[in-house]
Parts: sequence; structure tokens; C-alpha cells
Amino acid sequence: MSLLELRDVRKSFGAIEALRGVTFTFDAGSVVGLVGDNGAGKSTLMKTITGVYAIDGGDIRFDGASLIGKDPGSIRQAGIEMIYQDLALARMRDVASNIFLGRELTRSVLGVKLIDSKRMRAEAEAMIARLGARIPSVGQVTGQLSGGQQQSVAIARALTFNPKLVIMDEPTAALAVREVEHVLDLIRNLKSHGIAVILISHRLTDVFSVCDRIVVLRQGTVIADDATGDTSMNAVVAHIVGATDANSQPAQR
Amino acid sequence: MTSTSTNVPTPPWRARLAGGAAVRLESIVVLAVLFAVMAVLSSAFLSVSNILNILLSTSVFGVLAIGMTFVISSAGIDLSVGSILALSGVVGAILTSNLEWPWWIGILGCLATGAATGAVNGFLITKGAIPPFIVTLGMLGVARGLALVLSDGVSIYGLAPEMTWLGQGRPFGVPVPVVVLLLTALVAHVVLAHTRFGIYAQVIGDNEGAARAMGVRVERMKVLLYALSGLLSGLAGLLFAARINSGEPTAGLSYELTAITATILGGTNLFGGRGSVAGTLIGALIMGVLQNGLNLLAVRPFYQQIAIGAVLILAVWLDRINSREGWRR
Repeated sequence: MSLLELRDVRKSFGAIEALRGVTFTFDAGSVVGLVGDNGAGKSTLMKTITGVYAIDGGDIRFDGASLIGKDPGSIRQAGIEMIYQDLALARMRDVASNIFLGRELTRSVLGVKLIDSKRMRAEAEAMIARLGARIPSVGQVTGQLSGGQQQSVAIARALTFNPKLVIMDEPTAALAVREVEHVLDLIRNLKSHGIAVILISHRLTDVFSVCDRIVVLRQGTVIADDATGDTSMNAVVAHIVGATDANSQPAQR
Repeated sequence: MTSTSTNVPTPPWRARLAGGAAVRLESIVVLAVLFAVMAVLSSAFLSVSNILNILLSTSVFGVLAIGMTFVISSAGIDLSVGSILALSGVVGAILTSNLEWPWWIGILGCLATGAATGAVNGFLITKGAIPPFIVTLGMLGVARGLALVLSDGVSIYGLAPEMTWLGQGRPFGVPVPVVVLLLTALVAHVVLAHTRFGIYAQVIGDNEGAARAMGVRVERMKVLLYALSGLLSGLAGLLFAARINSGEPTAGLSYELTAITATILGGTNLFGGRGSVAGTLIGALIMGVLQNGLNLLAVRPFYQQIAIGAVLILAVWLDRINSREGWRR
């Protein structure tokens, strides 16, 4: 049964057509690699799924219900989390506030809902511990953490609320080698728990090592969609740069 | 739950000195030094009546500065607060003095005028995608002009007595505007530091894209933030009109300067992300003490304008140095 279904998704920014009819389906518990050159429309496509961008045409269905017209808050509520390339962190706030950003825990005092910082810190700490991330304190201001630690905060936020689908936009781009392995293990771990993952990455070795399927996006359309076992690094590279399989000639720009 | 201790980023002695309200230590020091200097320079400064005077004059722009704290926390700015103050006061005066409607309609009229004008700011900023600086600068002109048109450019005397009590009453010797300021600050502090609304205001100033991606309804928040600033400008207009028993179309001139200065002095980041109502209260007191002290020392009012402007620039400069140091510690 397909968890996520994109049909002819279109999105333009002024005269620029970023997405020209993207169609693909996506099964629960699978890991799909989304690859493509810079400007191919990968991030734009993902932001249409999370509701950050409204689409101009087509349909996006998740768990059988259309996501069209829904705001990012209710799409998160439906079970889609995204780890953005820029991490989307409030860098002047502490780790716990970032993990609970948009879903703050509250307690009622005289009928007024006040933020329950104490509980948020305790639960954030438990989440960080479960992930095995090394963060000095959940009370620390996020902007003072290292790049890898900030990444851990963004990951912890995406996993705290039992998502069905986690979208990761270049999660390994800014990481050291050991941290990369950690993220790949995490993806395998999510898959074993039945959580679907869409991985956007330029590092094809990462994509080949964790993904069940590889979708190649070029100039706003899907030009290849194969099971990882049915394709090769060379074929994927050829699709990304626009060389056709038949004659291996660079396509016209 | 784990038993690991949570480190508080600010040292405890500093938090305790600031009453745990995230006030910048520097602003308390500035207030204390200024207070001491004025006390030495002028014998009249330390009298109870003069202290109450300071608090009374602080109350009007203090209320403005509290609204400004929310707006600046969200990386916005509201230059129209002084003009909205005048417009609201004039509307309140027309309702109770010219039309002789009951006092509570006058009060509601002031507050509604402020909130509505602020909401217009918010709509233009979000729906029109016009920068807050331009929208509120335009509203500075429009609201002031409306106040002059409605009043025909003259003061409207004679408010309902219940309204003037709000400006002139002194239950237990404490001026009502001072009580209003403190109550407003208390509520605003809880809202800014301990509710979703307040946290989201600061997160929008910190990283608007992140706020949106995480499900904060940024546009709705912004409209509410400018409406809140307008509402508090209306409240300040009410206090001002009540104190002088008149709707004054030229009231609150250049009060945006004072309110912004008080907010920045209090440690709210000019570029958004974090704000402190308690800090703003300290900032407003610094401005109040400064103005009062200069008055007592018989410094001509012209120089006071220079002093306030210079303090604003100085405060922002110090803030820049501060944040540059704090960024890569």
C-alpha cells in the first residue's frame, strides 16, 4: 500500500518552472533516495510535501488523504517530518525549545496555557539520550553548538513525535565521516521500525548503501525511478547529468 | 526522565541579580549609576514626590515600549506608536467630551482605535508584503493626520471623570498610570516568556523560515503582534489623555524614539530573536530618570532630544559588540 502519492505536482516561481509534473508513489517503511543536480527541484518538491510551498497543480496524498491546502503544522500532525538542509533551528533558543518547536508542552495555570519548560527539558534530554547524541545540555543555546550537534537537535526534533515519514535534505553534507555513518545507521534503524525515509543526498555511496529505491529528478521531472538493485552508480550519474542510457551523449542543455 | 542535571546557561548570581527575569545586568547597572548621579547632582531628585513623578512620566512610554518589545522580538519595528497614541486619545475625547457617551465607551474607543490601527499595520505587512519599517512609517503619518483631522487640530477638553481618574487618580498615593504600567508589564512578561504566543514571536525574529516550517502561523502571528502594539499604544493614549484631561492631536510626538530606546536598553535584540519585558521596564525607567534628571538640572528640552537619540545609538552599538562577542564563544 502506498503511503505517499504524488501526482503531476507542479510549482513555479514567477517565470521559473521548478516542478513540471512530478509523479511517484512511495511505500510505507521504505527508504527512497532522491537525487539530482543542483536546481533539479529536490528541495522544492520536499517543501511542497511539508506544506512550506503551496503547489500550482497536481495532488499529494498521504495515508489516503490529500495534503493540498494544509499548513505545515497539520502536515507534521499527520506524520510527516522533515530535517531541512539549513536545519530550521531557532539558534537563540535552547535545545529543548527547538525539539518542541511548534509542539510545546503546556500546563494550565488559572486557565492560561503556560509553556512547561521543565517537562520539555526532561523529555528532550531523554530523546537526546535515546539517540545517543552528545549534547552538553538541553538548556544550552542551540547557536552555540557545533554543526554536528545542531544536526542532532534537528534529527531529535523530527523523531520525537512518532512520524510515519521522515524527509532528510542533505543530512550528511556538513558532517564528519563518523557522524555520517551514525546518520546512515539511524536511517536503517528507522526502516526497521517501519518508518519511511526520503533521503536527499549528493553522496551517491550513502544513497546506494541505505536506499531501497532511487529516484532521479532533473529539471523538475522524474527521469529515473529504479530499485537500487536494478540500477548502478554510473546509470544514476548519467541520469543526473542528462546523458541518455542509449548513446551516453550529453543531452542538450 | 533522566537524572542528568540541566545547566542553566546564565550564571546563577547573574540570574538572581536580575530577578530571574532574563534582564541584562548592564541595564540594571546603567539605571543604578544614573540614579546615583542624579541623586548627587540634584537635592530634589530623591524625594518621594519626585520618584512618583518619574514613575508617572515613565508609565506612558513604558506601555508603548512593552508593545514595542513584542514587535522588535519578532524582528519587526513599529514607528507608528506615538501617532496611534494621539489618534486613540483624540477618539476617546471625542466619544466622551463631544458626543457625551459614557466613560466606558471612551475607554473601549481608545483601545479599539489602537488595536484596529495596529491590525491594519499587520495586514499591510503580511498581505501586502511591505516591510514593517515602511508600513509603520506611513502609519506614523496617517494616524497623526487622522488625529489632526478628527480634532480639527485643536485639543478636545473635558473627558468623563472616570477616564480622568485613570490619569490623575492616586489611590494610596500611587498614581493610577503607574499601577496600569506595572500590571501591563506583569501580564506581558508572562505572555512573552511563558506562552506559545510570546515564544513564537521570538522564534519568528530568530528564524522565520524555521518558525513557518515547524507549523507556526507566521502571518497570523504578525497581524496579532502589530495589533497588540497598537492596543498598547491605545492604552498609552488613554493614560495620556486622562492625565491632561484632553484629547491632544499632537500628543506622543517622537515617542517611538523613546519606546524603541527603552526596549533596546532593556536587552531586547534589535534584530529579533529574544526579548524581555522586565528589561524593557528597566530601559523605560532609565529614560524616565534621564528626562527627569535633565529637567531638574534645568537642561533645555532641546538637549533632551539629543540625549535620547544618542542613548539609542549607544545602546545599539553596545548590543552589536555584545552579540558579536557572544556568538562564537
